[in-house]
Amino acid sequence: MSEPAQHAAAPPRVAGVPSSGRRALVVGASTGMGAALVRQLVAEGYAVGALARSADKLAELEEACREIGATSGGRVVTRAHDVTDFDAVPGLFEELVTDLGGLDLFVFSAGVMPSIEPREYSTAKDFDIVDVNVKGCIAWTNQTAQLFQTQRSGTIVGISSIAGDRGRKGNPVYCTSKAAMNTYLEALRNRLSEVGVHVCTIKPGYVATRMTEGMDGLFWVASPERAAEQILRAARAKANTRYVLRRWWMVGTVIKSIPSFLFRHLNI
Amino acid sequence: MSGSLKKGHLRASADLSGWSDDVGRGKKRLGAVARSYEYVEGWGRAVGASARVLRPTSLKEVRSVLANAHTDGAPVCLRGGGNSYGDASTNTRGRVLDISRMNRVLDFDGESGVAELEGGVTIAQLWRHILPRGFWPRVVSGTMFPTMAGAAAMNIHGKNNFKVGTIGDAIDSFDLVLANGELVTCSRAQNEDLFHAAIGGFGMLGVMTRVRLRTHRVHSGDLEVHARSAHDLREMMAVFDEERANADYLVGWIDCFGKHDQVGRGLVHVARYLEPGEDTDPESTLKLSHQELPSSILGFPKSQVWRFLRPICNDLGMPLLNLTKHTAGKLEERKKPFRQAHAAFAFLLDYVPDWKMAYGPGGLIQFQSFVPKETALDTYEAMLRHCDTKGIVPYLGVFKRHRPDPFWLTHAVDGYSFAMDFKVVPSRRQELWDHCRELTEMVLSGGGRFYFAKDLTLPPGTARRFLPPENLARFEELKRRVDPDGRFESLLRRRVFGE
Repeated sequence: MSEPAQHAAAPPRVAGVPSSGRRALVVGASTGMGAALVRQLVAEGYAVGALARSADKLAELEEACREIGATSGGRVVTRAHDVTDFDAVPGLFEELVTDLGGLDLFVFSAGVMPSIEPREYSTAKDFDIVDVNVKGCIAWTNQTAQLFQTQRSGTIVGISSIAGDRGRKGNPVYCTSKAAMNTYLEALRNRLSEVGVHVCTIKPGYVATRMTEGMDGLFWVASPERAAEQILRAARAKANTRYVLRRWWMVGTVIKSIPSFLFRHLNI
Repeated sequence: MSGSLKKGHLRASADLSGWSDDVGRGKKRLGAVARSYEYVEGWGRAVGASARVLRPTSLKEVRSVLANAHTDGAPVCLRGGGNSYGDASTNTRGRVLDISRMNRVLDFDGESGVAELEGGVTIAQLWRHILPRGFWPRVVSGTMFPTMAGAAAMNIHGKNNFKVGTIGDAIDSFDLVLANGELVTCSRAQNEDLFHAAIGGFGMLGVMTRVRLRTHRVHSGDLEVHARSAHDLREMMAVFDEERANADYLVGWIDCFGKHDQVGRGLVHVARYLEPGEDTDPESTLKLSHQELPSSILGFPKSQVWRFLRPICNDLGMPLLNLTKHTAGKLEERKKPFRQAHAAFAFLLDYVPDWKMAYGPGGLIQFQSFVPKETALDTYEAMLRHCDTKGIVPYLGVFKRHRPDPFWLTHAVDGYSFAMDFKVVPSRRQELWDHCRELTEMVLSGGGRFYFAKDLTLPPGTARRFLPPENLARFEELKRRVDPDGRFESLLRRRVFGE
């Protein structure tokens, strides 16, 4: 595609990343893993489209990336967007991809996890979760998959959660939404494999972001930067599913194998 | 009453710039038109560009797409099945109007065989609709996926061009939506200049939303086919001449690796429709299940066969494959005539799904030229020798016989065509293009022409070197008249008709 704008140095050499074709789109980029991913990608010389609801946080992100991008040649394009605004997705996608000059990497990192009381059944809150975590993911990922299918290249990364492995009593619909996302990403992985496009499902355990703020009993908490690093490495290694941090794999395996008559009594 | 149409005829004095006052814009409806941002490529996968693709399903939606493009000042590239090998239906600017979802069969008369179809109806849909009633399309291409609008815009031909002409000859009338939203019905009696220009007009004059054409009554779902082997090009042409009188279809496959006195060696397949009574069980041959192409070869699923072709799709494997086929052809010649279903005979490109994937990521191009019969032998022999000298040899060669037709930009001549498939190796792309430029010169000096559905390599501005000057001039004038803002554009238009 067209040459990137003037910058001081050539894009840094990164293992597994071609020197051309560094264009990424991150949905859910204002805080947490999304923001860390954007900063990391800009440092690698990517042109990144960053979407989030909060215009202020996006402005901060732009500031930070301006410094990073000065040496690496990367840049960020931000747009305030609520993923539940489904009708805006096709137009916004096209606008951003034209601005970036194409697309090679797509990360869906938006998600909500409102706190649910043990015996609360709030359909309104539950539908909010589904709107963002499931429908927002489908709206954006379908759009990207359409482009990647026709151009026969690209990588899709979906940030799911270890919560999607079981239906926990604590937050039933959050687990549901992540399980839905896992199956959806798997289906796309199967569909897009014939054209050489890879879909990677990331299942974070505990990551130090706004979502886990104020929770106790956390362990093996990853910093967003560490998580971002592992996510990018997973995507480049063409992993199908990966836990972040990788050690959560053990926890996930155990949890998946606990039989129902025991699991229902546990508080995990 | 419209200011530019009087009794259906387009007024010569009409101002067709801007948007027609008499036609609704349907602005709000653009939101309802299916759209996506995609990488749109030529069928050969050697060219493409990302674009917003809009897929209208009705006349109103077509108009809203055009109105929206008019408001934005954006060019529109028309696209049907995307079966053009090159850049005829892709563009690096503007948007793409893909007619394939506007695909209803409006009417079919089981007595006369006249079909009325929306522009997005494919040849596949058409034959599946009419064959059980005892009809077959008069003209089909080697693949069944082009749309009616695309087929008409390219004025496609089949293996029976020498006998029945192009698809334009089978079309009675069509509806054309111009850049300003107006709908014009074109036939040989009404707006006949637009009729003869838009057929073959490769999508430059308007959107074909409805096509009315005649189909051919058949008395069997089978054809009678026999093979004739040819030792060289001269013999192949002699075979064509001999078989012509009694054949409905003629197609020659050429082993382009043949050298010295075997230049142009190959195999000719001759087919004819069966007369009433020749097929003892027409009810079962006319069934769609009889036409279905087998889904496996030697028990192996066909969808994966291309993966096995890929390792031999190169300068080492292809000469051997061609030689094998030529030898097998000599054996086939000795067999008696056999019966073959229409679809199996006609749709050779669909026989192995995704076979073009065997060509690798660079894709392929097809260099197809149409040369008058007087100069055909010399021109084609010279071209094959040139390929041999340069070491850039087509992996597939297909030879057909043609006849002239009255459409302004037609590719058909009273002569022969030779289609050459070349593999595009990205690192040697320029070399291949230079090679094609040299072949182009040979074709032009033989008085030949080119076909927009295949071309990707003609140098800028070549159109005026092979199109009849009066036809080109009146086409350009008509284009200026019905599309003054230059709304309809494609990469092919910019290249072949540009400077």
